[in-house]
Amino acid sequence: MIPGQKNPTNMEEFLEGIWKQNPVFVMVLGMCPTLAVTVSAMNAVSMGLATTFVLVASCLLISLMRNIIPKEVRIATYILIIATFVTVVDYLIQAISLAVYDALGAFIQLIVVNCIILGRAEAHASKTPPVKAVINAVGMGLGFTIGLLALGGVREIFGAGKLFGFSLFGPDFQPWVVMVLPPGGFFVLGAWLLLFNWIDSRKAVKSPLPLGEG
Amino acid sequence: MTTPRIELRAAPHLVKGASVERIMFHVVLALLPLCAFSVWQYGLSALALIVTVTAACLGTERLFGRAGNTLSDWSATITGLLLALTLPPSFPLWMGAVAGFAAIALGKALFGGLGFNVLNPALVGRAFVQAAFPVAITTWVPAFAPGRFGEFIPTTFTTPLMTPPDIAVWAKHALDGFTGATPLARWKFETFFTPAQDFLTGAATASAGETSAVLILLCGLYLALRGFMDWRITAAVLVSAALTAWGFQLYDAARYPGPLFVLLSGGLMLGAVFMATDMATSPVTPRGVWIYGAIIGVLTVMIRYFGGLTEGVMYAILIANALSPLIDQVTQPRVFGAVKEKKA
Repeated sequence: MIPGQKNPTNMEEFLEGIWKQNPVFVMVLGMCPTLAVTVSAMNAVSMGLATTFVLVASCLLISLMRNIIPKEVRIATYILIIATFVTVVDYLIQAISLAVYDALGAFIQLIVVNCIILGRAEAHASKTPPVKAVINAVGMGLGFTIGLLALGGVREIFGAGKLFGFSLFGPDFQPWVVMVLPPGGFFVLGAWLLLFNWIDSRKAVKSPLPLGEG
Repeated sequence: MTTPRIELRAAPHLVKGASVERIMFHVVLALLPLCAFSVWQYGLSALALIVTVTAACLGTERLFGRAGNTLSDWSATITGLLLALTLPPSFPLWMGAVAGFAAIALGKALFGGLGFNVLNPALVGRAFVQAAFPVAITTWVPAFAPGRFGEFIPTTFTTPLMTPPDIAVWAKHALDGFTGATPLARWKFETFFTPAQDFLTGAATASAGETSAVLILLCGLYLALRGFMDWRITAAVLVSAALTAWGFQLYDAARYPGPLFVLLSGGLMLGAVFMATDMATSPVTPRGVWIYGAIIGVLTVMIRYFGGLTEGVMYAILIANALSPLIDQVTQPRVFGAVKEKKA
């Protein structure tokens, strides 16, 4: 949020993360988990929801404590708060599904250093009252989940012929090995960015007004 | 509009009629004998593959070509033909179409089209399908199968997105006794040295267009004589590969095959003549051209001898492509009359 801008409505706060400031497709943040864990739709959704939980919980706490955190140690405080919730989510995933936990590997713990969360804490939650901070965090988390799902879905369809583990093309499907390898992540991410930029550029051509009006 | 009597212009005043279209058209002409030879060797399946891959390249070029009609400069046709010639003849057509799409979309359109591509588009396409379909791209069929003009290889018409059928069943009843391995694979895994005359006549198992070294050299000679191809790159690749192979043979003749084997086997000839010489992706300075060719030759032999893959030409050329802007930068010729700057 730019200082001096008029206060956005709750709906605008929510939609900011899903479309206009989508963490994956617009801000291109958090690329490490985005590229690494999106080999299947299930992994992508688990990662997205885990991040959303940490994001929402830490934004709420930081927003509540925003007036008592000393400015000099704010980053350390944010990290401590985020790390607490990451520990929670780490044990939660282990309890719910060990298979998902193994598939996500170190990337669950690495949510601590996810720049989306720290970025939201610093740029938004520390300056916003709790309700709006939470609404914005939910939107951002969902936007991140949607972004991961968009990558994971495409990579799982091409790389294994499945979606959420359900076979789409029968047993004779020829997997595209490259799609589950790291280059596949870059190809699919690039293709999505291309699509979103293309949509944006078409919008810009249609309306002479600057973007951000709707 | 009247033309002025006196034309005042900077040099050059004489313009030769070599345009992009003309050069590209002659490269297509030079590729046609190779296509014809591969169809004669492998029959209908090779023909279908060449047509499909080229059509996929042209279609993708049409889809992404922004500045009017970019199909007429023949460059997408060249990419399609070259790509098809580097694929095994039994390659399923749908995978060929994927390769063609990847070649133009990832290798060319992404960088801004003809002349802006960093890497050779045909090799980008091949590298993509090599990574995506590692089994299909290393499934080989023998040349000169008896019924090759009457029937397709069963893998050719695999349903899109599906795994091609096992070729061994068909090979057993269609022909008796064949090893489904290229000379390079046979050397690497069985230490079997294929005799040189097999390469010259095209009797060795290989990709569609890389079997006849003599024909490739003749086509390259035509291009070099017309001035449409830099012969120094080809020479540098072949000489450096031969020298490297010769060195290894001196070291251990029982393990490493000689220069002749290295030159004739796999895609080295095709790569050296048609792919390394791609104008957009090779250096322009006189010294740079030799360095670029030498890198390809040495890397090819190194990958073949010490890498996990049997063939190294593709990656060698792609690496050298990526290096060529750097090579150009460090080999800038001294401007005539300029004094070398002293280091401060």
